[in-house]
Amino acid sequence: MSKKELRDVRPDVTWKDITPGGAIDSPGNAHLFRTGDWRSMKPVWNSEKCKQCLLCNPVCPDSSILVNEESKMTGIDYDHCKGCGICAKVCPFKAIDFVEEV
Amino acid sequence: MGIRERLSGNEATAIAMKQINPDVVAAFPITPSTEIPQYFSSFVADGVVDTEFIAVESEHSAMSACIGAQAAGGRAMTATSANGLAYMWEALYIAASSRLPIVLAAVNRALSGPINIHNDHSDTMGARDSGWIQIYSENNQEAYDNMLMAHRIGEHPDVMLPVMVCQDGFITSHAIENIELVEDEKVKAFVGEYKPAQYLLDRENPISVGPLDLQMHYFEHKRQQAQAMANAKKVILEVAEEFYKLTGRKYGLFEEYKTDDADVAIVVMNSTAGTVKYVVDQYRAKGLKVGLIKPRVFRPFPVDELAEALSKFKAVAVLDKADSFNAAGGPLFTEITSALFTKGIFGPKVINYIFGLGGRDVKADDIQVAYDKLLEIASTGKVDSVYNYLGVRE
Amino acid sequence: MAYNLKEVAKKPERLTGGHRMCAGCGAPIVVRQILKALKPEDHAVISSATGCLEVSTFIYPYTAWKDSFIHSAFENTGATISGAEAAYNVLKKKGKIQGETKFIAFGGDGGTYDIGFQALSGAMERGHDMVYVCYDNGAYMNTGIQRSSATPKYADTTTSPAGKKIPGKMQPRKDLTEIMSNHHIPYVAQTAPIGNMKDLYEKAEKAIYTPGPAFLNVLAPCPRGWRYNTPDLMELSKMAVETCFWPLYEVIDGKYIINYKPKEKVPVKEFLKLQGRFKHLFKAGNEYMLEEIQKEVDSRWERLLQLAGEA
Repeated sequence: MSKKELRDVRPDVTWKDITPGGAIDSPGNAHLFRTGDWRSMKPVWNSEKCKQCLLCNPVCPDSSILVNEESKMTGIDYDHCKGCGICAKVCPFKAIDFVEEV
Repeated sequence: MGIRERLSGNEATAIAMKQINPDVVAAFPITPSTEIPQYFSSFVADGVVDTEFIAVESEHSAMSACIGAQAAGGRAMTATSANGLAYMWEALYIAASSRLPIVLAAVNRALSGPINIHNDHSDTMGARDSGWIQIYSENNQEAYDNMLMAHRIGEHPDVMLPVMVCQDGFITSHAIENIELVEDEKVKAFVGEYKPAQYLLDRENPISVGPLDLQMHYFEHKRQQAQAMANAKKVILEVAEEFYKLTGRKYGLFEEYKTDDADVAIVVMNSTAGTVKYVVDQYRAKGLKVGLIKPRVFRPFPVDELAEALSKFKAVAVLDKADSFNAAGGPLFTEITSALFTKGIFGPKVINYIFGLGGRDVKADDIQVAYDKLLEIASTGKVDSVYNYLGVRE
Repeated sequence: MAYNLKEVAKKPERLTGGHRMCAGCGAPIVVRQILKALKPEDHAVISSATGCLEVSTFIYPYTAWKDSFIHSAFENTGATISGAEAAYNVLKKKGKIQGETKFIAFGGDGGTYDIGFQALSGAMERGHDMVYVCYDNGAYMNTGIQRSSATPKYADTTTSPAGKKIPGKMQPRKDLTEIMSNHHIPYVAQTAPIGNMKDLYEKAEKAIYTPGPAFLNVLAPCPRGWRYNTPDLMELSKMAVETCFWPLYEVIDGKYIINYKPKEKVPVKEFLKLQGRFKHLFKAGNEYMLEEIQKEVDSRWERLLQLAGEA
């Protein structure tokens, strides 16, 4: 998989500079687009209660439950979390609160 | 030099494909192009090509598979006619806008309905806005030669557009004529290898193809695509020049037959041009100065060159083997008159004949009717009817 | 290798955040898990039919796909990926491509059961080495929740609304998993995002790494179309399985294996009552609809038990 830095395309790009055929060669550059501001509700992780069962990780539609190389959950990616609340609901230890985004 | 053979247009096309040896051929049968995937399948079965043949379940899937294969980094080819081309209509547009230089052998046949398996140009004319380069062929030699040049044109970095090579269904596709083939090694060297800058199978640089392109970007992509089509004209001529050095056969944007001192001319594409040349010779023998212009490249449309070539005639008849049903003439007529007007050429009187629909035979007598009318217009300066039909029972 | 959530959770994400799917959408949950089944050293060429997944994950100039991705049209993802797979075979033979590349096509129930059916059937029949994954959310969601042949009977959709004379979609669901099983391909499975995702992951792994064509039909709950609150997705999925509305099973070389038999089969109305699209089924006088649906679920479950030799 590509390890290159993610690239964006300026909104005011001219027809001469736009990528031919609409193809993009910066895989996963959607990461640059912040969907976090969609939220009206917000999951808040309580690391004390968390037993690191990781059941929250696979249920996130937005790949926003962060897990490190030691298979430990380290937090929530608020740049992309849309506040759907699935993670909070599935947590067997009630370690994720689901509160209003302020 | 060259290999002398006797082949039908379909056979010649299949042999061109064999020599090109594409990576993928995805095709579905439809008369009269069916023989092309059939011949090609036997090449695959005998192991004389490296191609993987996908016996797709429809023409839409044929073009879709070609798109997948070409985007993946391979050379993809297919062949079809009439409703097969119509079925892949949306995929044609997608192939062009995705800038994938797929090559398609279009064996011209009338579009349904009613269903008719014989020749006219309604199929490829219907696809004239799809963004494909369209090259028309008078006979099996031209169909073969155009096939060999197609990849060099489409894959050129200034172009990157798909190419359809057209020939008349049954008339040339099934008629056996003399032909001169190019040796395998020479074809291989001329066509070269496909080297895309980006492709799906490049694991070091994965790409995403086919976005949702909203109001902010779609227009720029289309403008870029339009430029590619404009660039194609120059590339077509450059490739033809190289081809001439290879084979001694000359190709341009159109052919001019005995037009130097002609008073009047017929403009017609594909096999009918052969019949017209015969009549031109007859009339010339009688001292009548008539000529023929046979467009080869329809997309991109060579506005400047055609307008210039037509400017010297007193009267011109554009023969369309397709009707636009715009109640104002056929597609070739519309584009030619538009070209003349925009270039400020008002000298020649131009009339239209729609002819040969659904494989209606076109004979020398019919062409004589057209030339006689043109000569009359040339002498009287008067046109009594612009839009006409030739060969239909009135 | 036994499924280990902790091992899988740390595998690289092949679908990034930043896509525009709805909050709580089932499709990206399914896609993430399936892509995790790929070996880290393998490259993937992924195609998607037009639909929610495609239009939300690749809006120019942003792509959420870290592998190669192609979208061409709505009904042809089976054909598009066939072409890519064929090119791969040839280019690999020629020595132009190194390493393993896997081919995965995604389509919603619209682009798979209906408009994409022909291309799917053709691709599977021709034996390409690929996986076709249908994320089944039971309607043409992207264009605004219109009925598909995958929509359950009596569901309210925008082209089969529960009106005064006609109470929703009148036809029973098409059973695509069974149709694909009858294509006699090496691997067919029906799965859902459930529990710790073991079922989904293992089936994805089998589908991807079994040579030849494979088909996965995956339940993908849609909060907008099914009308439930977004956090409840996993509960809905679980209820679909516990009621035998969506049985988890595999067909491996023609042999049927039911992966989960609920100890106590839950009445299907427990699944239906969680969703707004079935609200009208709970009005007085509509009991017959619930009975009909229960009968249909029961008879299909019985048939499945028979096919698996467990009747």
